Amino acid sequence: MSIVNITIIDREGEKHKVEAPTDMNMNLMEVCKSYELPVEGTCGGMALCSTCHVYVRSEHGLSEMSEDEEDMLDQAFFVDDDLSRLGCQIPITDDLEGLIVELAPTAE
Amino acid sequence: MMIETDILIIGAGPCGLFAVFEAGLLKLRCHLIDSLPQPGGQLTEIYPKKPIYDIPGYPTVLAGELVEKLMEQIEPFKPGFTLGERAETIEKMEDGRFKLTSNKGTVHVAPVIASAGGLGCFEPRKPPIGNIGEFEDKGVEYIIKDPEFYRDKNVVIAGGGDSALDWTIFLADVASEVTLVHRRSSFRGALDSVEKVMELNEAGKIRLITEAQVVGLEGNGKLESVVIKHKKVGEMKKGTQHFVPLFGLAPKLGPIAEWGLNITKNAIEVDTLDYSTNVPGIYAIGDINTYPGKLKLILCGFHEGTLMVQSAFKHIYPDKKLSFKYTTVQGVNGFE
Repeated sequence: MSIVNITIIDREGEKHKVEAPTDMNMNLMEVCKSYELPVEGTCGGMALCSTCHVYVRSEHGLSEMSEDEEDMLDQAFFVDDDLSRLGCQIPITDDLEGLIVELAPTAE
Repeated sequence: MMIETDILIIGAGPCGLFAVFEAGLLKLRCHLIDSLPQPGGQLTEIYPKKPIYDIPGYPTVLAGELVEKLMEQIEPFKPGFTLGERAETIEKMEDGRFKLTSNKGTVHVAPVIASAGGLGCFEPRKPPIGNIGEFEDKGVEYIIKDPEFYRDKNVVIAGGGDSALDWTIFLADVASEVTLVHRRSSFRGALDSVEKVMELNEAGKIRLITEAQVVGLEGNGKLESVVIKHKKVGEMKKGTQHFVPLFGLAPKLGPIAEWGLNITKNAIEVDTLDYSTNVPGIYAIGDINTYPGKLKLILCGFHEGTLMVQSAFKHIYPDKKLSFKYTTVQGVNGFE
């Protein structure tokens, strides 16, 4: 089993260093939930709700955004065109070692 | 108007719908209330065109199709529907039944309530503008109920999806002035709607402001202007009578939290014996409930509803004998 180390900054600015397996077909939203970080993941990972909206804070070349992800971010709030991604659309792979992401604010 | 039934189901998603079938087999009538204007819950509202692969007997089925099939399956049991209304308050009456009143004042009376409320109620997503609450119904509307309301008025719409585009096109002929504000320069709605909006903009029938967001609201008791922040130009003020942010719907737990039910992490605690809550006569099935080992699957919600109605029957008719029958033996004997 292979593990990558990811830093997740919560909405209070606290850093959580977590280990994520690369062989469990997980995505970043699911990793956040498994560590009980405040990520709803309402739609279950279909890029249909934006509750797993994160800012990517490290220089990792992530996969291209799908149409669905772009559509959803278009409806989201607090979007940063350069940094925003949906956690559920980021599969956990070996090249994410050292990734730093910050949870985006939630409306209300 | 007062609606009386045996089981009042809160939420017309797949689990609520299937519970009607299982209740019907026991000759219990059901009525469903849902805040959305159509049945199906998140299947219809969030992902109607997505395939589901874990419904037994269906190698694949679109979420929207599953809802249609469920509606067909429960039709013999003639369920009632209160749609587009949110279950607001629940009171216990002297005769032991519950009285549930909707946000629009519709009264429902039943000896059993089953919450199949899924993720809660779908409500419009409100943009994070500090004082937006002050102007709700005083110039800020999240839903367009009657387009005539905007006749000869000045309207600013925000959003980039289909509803923002469609209403911009529709109101172009109704309102005196329509401005559409969108965060990006491109739109992701249906192509012909996007083209129509571009045409209207070029013809001067609407005003399109892209790469911009509404960041402030001003007015004295009612909305008078919005502050629009453009990516390059900076902030500008625009006089308007109405601001309509259209950013889709998101689920909120809502009034469920105020009914005296034990709640853990936004879900209602139930006993897996019969999916009863801490309040006798109130049950919870589907995504809204929680118990050790809970999985949020439609499949599991169907099972939960099936066991729930057995217990509901005993709650309603404590002295009646209930014998379990297979549909293959008994058939489906609907209500007149």
